[in-house]
Parts: sequence; structure tokens; C-alpha cells
Amino acid sequence: MIGKILIANRGEIASRIIRTCKKMGISTVAVHSEADADAPFVGLADESYSLGGSRVQESYLNVEKILEIAKDTGVEAIHPGYGFLSENADFARSCEEAGLIFIGPKPEVIQQMGNKVEARKKMEQAGLPLVPGFSRPLIDAAEAAAVAEKIGYPVMLKAAAGGGGIGMQAVSNEDELSKAFEGNQKRAQLFFGNGDMFIEKLIEKPRHIEIQVLADTFGNAVYLWERECSVQRRHQKVVEEAPSSFLDEETRNKMGFAAVKAVKSIGYSNAGTLEFLVDGDKNFYFLEMNTRLQVEHPVTEEITGLDLVEQQINIASGKKLDFTQAEIKKDGHSIEVRIYAEDPKTFYPAPGTITSLNLPSGNGVRHELAVHGTSVVSHFYDPMIAKLVVSGESRAKAIERLTEALDNYKIEGIKTNLPLLLEIISHQAFSKGDTTTDFIDKYIKKMKV
Amino acid sequence: MAELKASMAGSVWKIVANEGQSVTDGQDIVILESMKMEIPIAAEGAGTIKELKVNEGDFVNEGDVLAIIE
Repeated sequence: MIGKILIANRGEIASRIIRTCKKMGISTVAVHSEADADAPFVGLADESYSLGGSRVQESYLNVEKILEIAKDTGVEAIHPGYGFLSENADFARSCEEAGLIFIGPKPEVIQQMGNKVEARKKMEQAGLPLVPGFSRPLIDAAEAAAVAEKIGYPVMLKAAAGGGGIGMQAVSNEDELSKAFEGNQKRAQLFFGNGDMFIEKLIEKPRHIEIQVLADTFGNAVYLWERECSVQRRHQKVVEEAPSSFLDEETRNKMGFAAVKAVKSIGYSNAGTLEFLVDGDKNFYFLEMNTRLQVEHPVTEEITGLDLVEQQINIASGKKLDFTQAEIKKDGHSIEVRIYAEDPKTFYPAPGTITSLNLPSGNGVRHELAVHGTSVVSHFYDPMIAKLVVSGESRAKAIERLTEALDNYKIEGIKTNLPLLLEIISHQAFSKGDTTTDFIDKYIKKMKV
Repeated sequence: MAELKASMAGSVWKIVANEGQSVTDGQDIVILESMKMEIPIAAEGAGTIKELKVNEGDFVNEGDVLAIIE
């Protein structure tokens, strides 16, 4: 059994991991940047060390320094959390070479799933349905038009190196495509230093639904149902829930079964998530696999009663999964909202200093917090400062509790998206479960900037 | 004369136009970076860049003037 773990991350997820370690009797080492010296997770850990600097390259991506602290403190394992080094195959390999357990899958598998084209190929071989597309970069607008003709409009134009929706555009005919191609290519080059463009069939009115899997190192794998994360802004998730109100039992099991089969075929171990787009007819298409713990994992924990971090640590310690698929519970409904330090209308980041923080409490209310009542929210890191997770015996009950909790959630000193969250949750379309990925554009008025 | 202002607090990641350059409506002038997000700040009308008020790496607050466009 692992006795001491270094957490190579920050914010709410570092606190979350430390909490489970304490429960399991495992000692913890936190590492932090200069800007985070005062963060809650630093005080929670048994030991904490500064990585120096505030920029991520100097701190949370500083592999050399992190491994040096791991060695000096005598930890046996490193938990990477999400983001930062969590899907960095080289880091996982460096951990192995240093004689440390990387809490996650093998480096080869991380690498495979990290490359979008490679992952598509592997998963297609494993029998997962893919969004029809073209898996090599397009030469120019003319080739894009030829491919689009074959796939059929509307299509989605995508930058290979893209993220956050930059370099991405839906087009419905050749004229639009030729206009959009060059602009998006230019922008992708400017932003990512890579102007490679791809094309995919546009899935209309899609939902983003993902399957949580757990696999041990003995070839056993299970799925912990789905999470629906369709409500997004800037292609980033804002609200996540489990189960999805859209899936029926048959589709749920079909997706879960396909995910488990795929995971086994690539030799996956530890916790992972397969993301799918699901269309109005409940056809599902594989998007990508995240080879790590997911931000929204708490909603799965709430309905299954499992602690995913504990499962991760057990698997990494070489334990077998001690339950079967048939034994996994699916009780009630859970919704998570991400609280971002950002302008609720423009969605622009809004760093600053918190002057007061009042958290709601009550039945079924769970907090994952990155800040305290006087925290400086730095511009160096992700704008997510907290997650609010609310559960109830039904979706309606969860929504009712979440509305009340959001009403009583008070953060002063910085701008947050709390007003937007309340608007989403109290919208009729949300309670009806009409949650396609265009939810915010469609139902929530947003100030144009 | 128009002032191009920062729509959020963050650091100046890239300046993608030069002083004296003529720009079109909607053309990106400066890209700000904050909280892992890169936000392009575009000209709100055609003109010539009279002055760039910031350098790459500078920290700016919401509302700070980034450039003057004539």
C-alpha cells in the first residue's frame, strides 16, 4: 500500500485529493507556486514546499523541481490531478524512471490517447463509433471543400492544435467554408503556432455525454455510468450532471459497454473518461478520452457512493477492483456547477481579491473550494475557484436544492459567474432537460462585446 | 481617434500589429492572456495605429488603454 503521496497540482483538486489521502491514512506533500503560498490546499497537506515562481512553467509544470521534492520527501507516488502534468506521458515516464508510482495509466497509453488522430484510429479499431471526418490535415480550402462534399454539409472546421473553440467554425455550404477556412487557419497559426485544419461532420443539436471508467492492472474494467456536460461556454463545461436526463437505459448500457470494451483493448488502467457527442436520435460518437481524473467526477461519486480518488490510489497500489459492474449503484441525481472568476456576461476572466465568502449549506450540498474569504485570485491560473455539487433523490429535487444554494452563495470582491449559473439552473429549458451544447447561446442572453 | 481598451485584466501575450499600420474593422491588435485564456482585442473600426501603449508581457487592468487608433 502507498504510504505517502505528493500532489502535483493546486486549487480545489489538490484539497480534494488530500482529503481522501487523510481518510486512507496516507501522508501528503503539497507543492505550490509563489502566488499560491496562502491557498487552502497548502495548509491541508502534512508537508508543503514552494516550487518558486508563479508562472506555470516555473511551478506546476516544473518537472525537475517536482521530482526533486518527491525524492527528498520520500513519497512513493505522485497524484497529478487534472490539467498541468496529468496527461503528460513524459512526466509519467519520468516518475517511473525515478521509481515513483504515477497515479494514472501507463505512459504509452497516455501518449496514444493524447494524440487526437491516433486516439481516433485506436478507438475505431476498438469498435467505437466516430464522427465522420477526415483524419489528416487538409492542404487548402479546395481540398476542404472536396472533403466536405463527400461527408455532407453541415460540417465543422477544426484546428488540429486548437483549444477553447479557437480555429473552430460550423459551416453549412461551400461558400461559407471557403470564407471560413483561411481565417481560422490564420488564427490557429497565430494562437497555437500550427495552422493544420481538419473537417468533421457537424452533429446537430448534440449533447456532450461522457462515460466514467475504472480499470485495474489485472484487466478488469467497469463503467460508472455517464455524466452529461452539455451546458458550456467557450466550449468549456459550466454545468455537469449524473445521470443524464436524456439517455434511456438501453443507450446508457450500450455506451458503457462500448467504453469498457475500448478501455480493455488499449490496456488502460486507473480512472478515465470517454467523451461522446450524442445526437437527437441517441446515436453516440466518440470524441476523445481523458486519461485522468475529471473536474466533474464528484457527480459520479454522489450517485455511486464511490470515492474515485480512493479507487485511483487502490488501482495504482496494485489492488484489484473489489466490486463488479452489477454491484455499482446509481442512486438519485447530482448536479455540479463550476464557479468561475469571470464576468457573467462576457465570460472574460476577472482576477482580483476576494473580500468575503459565504457558502450555502444544507442537505445534499457539497463544496470543493480553491479559495478562502480573503484569497487573491491570480491571473496566472484557471478561473475556476470552486465547484458546488448538489444532490437529491430526483433531478427536480437536485435542481430545487441547487437553486436555493446558488441564491445563498455570496462572493464579494471579484466578479463571478454566479448570476449566470442561477439563470441557467432556474431556466425552464434546463428543468425540461433541453440541454444541448448551444444551451447558453440559445436561452441565456449574453452581452455582445 | 479611438482608444482600444482591455476588456479584461491580464498580461499582454502578443501584439499583432505595429504603430503606423493601417488596420481594418475587427482586425486583432493585441492578444491578452489571463487565467489560461487568450482573448484577442480587435479594432472597432478601420484606421491607423497611432500609438501602442503596452509591451508584450505587461500586466493590464480591465479598461486600460492598449492602443490609440486614428
